[in-house]
Amino acid sequence: MSDPNKRRPQTKMVPVQPRAIVPDRDADKSPILECHHLGVDFGGLTAVNDFNLMIGRTEIAGLIGPNGAGKTTVFNLLTKVYQPTRGTILLDGADTSRMTTEQINRAGIARTFQNIRLFGNLSVEDNVKLGLHNHIEYGMWSGVLRTPRYWREERRAHESAMELLKIFEMQDLAGAKAGSLPYGAQRRLEIVRALATNPSLLLLDEPAAGMNPSETAELMDNIVRIRDLFQIAVMLIEHDMSLVMGICEGICVLNFGQVIAKGTPDEIKSDLVVIEAYLGRKDKKQKEAE
Amino acid sequence: MKNKLSKASRRAFLTCAVVVAAFVALQSLASAGAMSSMLRGLLVPICAYVVMAISLNLTVGVLGELSLGHAGFMSVGAFTGVTAAAALQNLVASKELRLIAALLVGAIFAGIVGFLVGIPVLRLNGDYLAIVTLAFGEIIKSVFNNLYLGLDGHGFHLSLLDNKLRMEEGGRLIIGGPMGVGGIQKIANFATGFALIMLCLVVIFNLVNSRAGRAIMAIRDNRIAAESVGIPVTKYKMTAFVTSAAMAGAAGALFALNFSTIVANKFDFNTSILVLVFVVLGGLGNMLGSIVAAAALTVLPEALRQFADYRMLVYAIVLIAVMLLRNSPGIRAFTERARIRKGGEAE
Amino acid sequence: MSFLNSLISGISLGSIYAIIALGYTMVYGIAKMLNFAHGDVIMVGAYVCFFAVSRFSLPPLLDVLLAVVVCTCLGMTIEKLAYAPLRAAPSLAVLITAIGVSYFLQNAALLLWTPNPKVFPNFFTHKATGQTGVVLFDGALRVSYVTLVTILVCLAIMAVLTVFISNSKLGKAMRAVSEDKDAARLMGINVNTTISATFAIGSGLAAIAGVLLCSAYPTLVPTTGSMPGIKAFTAAVFGGIGSIPGALLGGLMLGVIEILAKAYISTQLSDAVVFGVLIVVLLVKPTGLLGKVVREKV
Repeated sequence: MSDPNKRRPQTKMVPVQPRAIVPDRDADKSPILECHHLGVDFGGLTAVNDFNLMIGRTEIAGLIGPNGAGKTTVFNLLTKVYQPTRGTILLDGADTSRMTTEQINRAGIARTFQNIRLFGNLSVEDNVKLGLHNHIEYGMWSGVLRTPRYWREERRAHESAMELLKIFEMQDLAGAKAGSLPYGAQRRLEIVRALATNPSLLLLDEPAAGMNPSETAELMDNIVRIRDLFQIAVMLIEHDMSLVMGICEGICVLNFGQVIAKGTPDEIKSDLVVIEAYLGRKDKKQKEAE
Repeated sequence: MKNKLSKASRRAFLTCAVVVAAFVALQSLASAGAMSSMLRGLLVPICAYVVMAISLNLTVGVLGELSLGHAGFMSVGAFTGVTAAAALQNLVASKELRLIAALLVGAIFAGIVGFLVGIPVLRLNGDYLAIVTLAFGEIIKSVFNNLYLGLDGHGFHLSLLDNKLRMEEGGRLIIGGPMGVGGIQKIANFATGFALIMLCLVVIFNLVNSRAGRAIMAIRDNRIAAESVGIPVTKYKMTAFVTSAAMAGAAGALFALNFSTIVANKFDFNTSILVLVFVVLGGLGNMLGSIVAAAALTVLPEALRQFADYRMLVYAIVLIAVMLLRNSPGIRAFTERARIRKGGEAE
Repeated sequence: MSFLNSLISGISLGSIYAIIALGYTMVYGIAKMLNFAHGDVIMVGAYVCFFAVSRFSLPPLLDVLLAVVVCTCLGMTIEKLAYAPLRAAPSLAVLITAIGVSYFLQNAALLLWTPNPKVFPNFFTHKATGQTGVVLFDGALRVSYVTLVTILVCLAIMAVLTVFISNSKLGKAMRAVSEDKDAARLMGINVNTTISATFAIGSGLAAIAGVLLCSAYPTLVPTTGSMPGIKAFTAAVFGGIGSIPGALLGGLMLGVIEILAKAYISTQLSDAVVFGVLIVVLLVKPTGLLGKVVREKV
């Protein structure tokens, strides 16, 4: 893997203009995701308010902020696990307001979860095949009657699943029960499963949580590799600043459900509001990391 | 491609082999005349309860939703199946064909009712879903208890609450409200029961090891994750629910055609619970377990006849004791160790 | 007037359902289990009361007290022997065990007390006149003493229980355990004792419900408790399981709907109507009328 910093194009940052953090190589294409004035209330509590964002076709974007800032809520809004109270989400230019979670996935957003959500009683291979679900082409009756189509499609699914598992060198674990995998492997399997759905935008919710520094470094390489391989956009929530600053091209900082800053890693690092709200408490750790 | 069978396929083959072996053994015992009349009379009900158990296991074990109204679908199958058999009595000479037609009709109607019930039921979760299935079971029972159906030269006549059927001369009453159906021709037989079990097993195993079955199990393991990978949750919940209901319908038709009379109260909440007991004792998702539990617990109360009045009490104590033992920490640790040891040898 | 009559008997039946539903709802709230044996505890309570009257001719209040004591002990024993060992087991295992306990109680009653129906005595008769109720508006409205007592007892129980749950130490412990067992344990609450106390209260209430039920519907058989048990469970879900005001509301509504359906729609289909209304309510409010909406954390 080459140094991800080299790949990262320098962008100009104007916080009010969301397009500004889209990398130059994506600038001439329409963004994959646009959020306009997105907000959600739970009862009387405003969890996210006036959230605006634009993500380029092959951008790696970061969403950071202190605990409880509403980062995961943003992911839940994007994937319609929660219905937004206000605002619009455009996926590849199309309004998603009438879509359900499963339709969102078919339209191109795949995600992982902060508290891992695998199909724990099923095998690793079956988990990936479930990601491939909408790309396996046979109906229920073909399955029950075991038609030639069933065998052909199942073999194709098996091969694709193995191919995907290779990304994280997990082929040997294909037969293991997903719930019995070690923590790190479960996180990686969730990414593979999400990739199997053939997304154009991959949302990763704290992918490095619980990983040691060498695992994290490997994960960083892999995220960049996945982006290059599949030519997709990635948006990630992460507390590990070495990862965020290392691979993200645009960063959005959330605090109390509000966007407080947007920009390139360098801009975010020097943004006083961010330092005060977030990095200020962590700057000691930050220095250690660098 | 694969020269070694997967674990799931091995299990499926083992289950089918056990059922075939049991059938051959029981059939040869019966034909040799070495079987007690008590057991002979139980053969068809055992088949019906086995089908009930494996079909409920599809809902509870594979889909992961608790249903407390499975007997309702059995009831639908029983009444429609018996009606079909009665209607075909003078049209189709072969008993076997009539039986198969009755099973098919029972399955189709139960499947339709399953679909209608499923629309509201599958929008709910957990215990709320369970109570609504219970409610539907009771509603189905009430409806059949108040349903009058007659057949004459003009076709079927239907009325609710009172017998207001105006039939021509020679018309016969098939369903008589709380009196149920009387004078049923007992055309059910063990071989057909066995064939039904095998058919249901093959359908369930093939379903579980296919795209649809994986989706159903994914919903059980984590609904939100299933949605997030684009699986249409409602569709697959419905698939499992309707399949399960249709199988219960066939089982109901088989069961009813083994007796000369059936009443709606036979298929009440207690029957639903009885089948649920089979499923839980046999192990969730474990079809062989369901089959063994259904067969054993259908025979047990009869075999306990020598205890006369005490038999149901003994049954209750056995049930509680088994649940306590199976879930006691010591036994659990032991089976866990045994499993690990077995796994170690296999590799 | 016939409507008013139906309404009053509906409220009376609903009060009985509400008292039974309380037992379900409290146990569900705290132990997260559906105690299917609860209906059969009612039956035991009614039998104890019946024998206290017919064999030992004890005064009415003492009969009821005896029934409450026996059922309280029974409830605690069942919990200790059958449910406590399954605290860590899957909920379905506990459900099946509860069903086993229900079978056990019914069949033990069958052996001890035979399937022959017993005619339950009417406690609520005026000593001097032999009247069993009050007649209003020139006989247009008849309210039996049983009905009045049932409604009053139900309201009293609700009031006492609400105060108990919100103010007493044990009540607070119950709420804590129902919220989060582990956190409660860390705060020094004895979870086992709390659960045991919940069963004790629920079963004691079941005994009262049993006496009231059999005073209103005097045929007593070993399966007397099962249908009211299922109905009361439905009432608890109807009102929002885990909620005490919900149990009251659900019970009353269920009783009224049942009696009105019997009077105006069809006697045979009244159960179907009751369950039909339950389904509609759950579709509109998936966690019952007063149930808490729990958002799944993603």
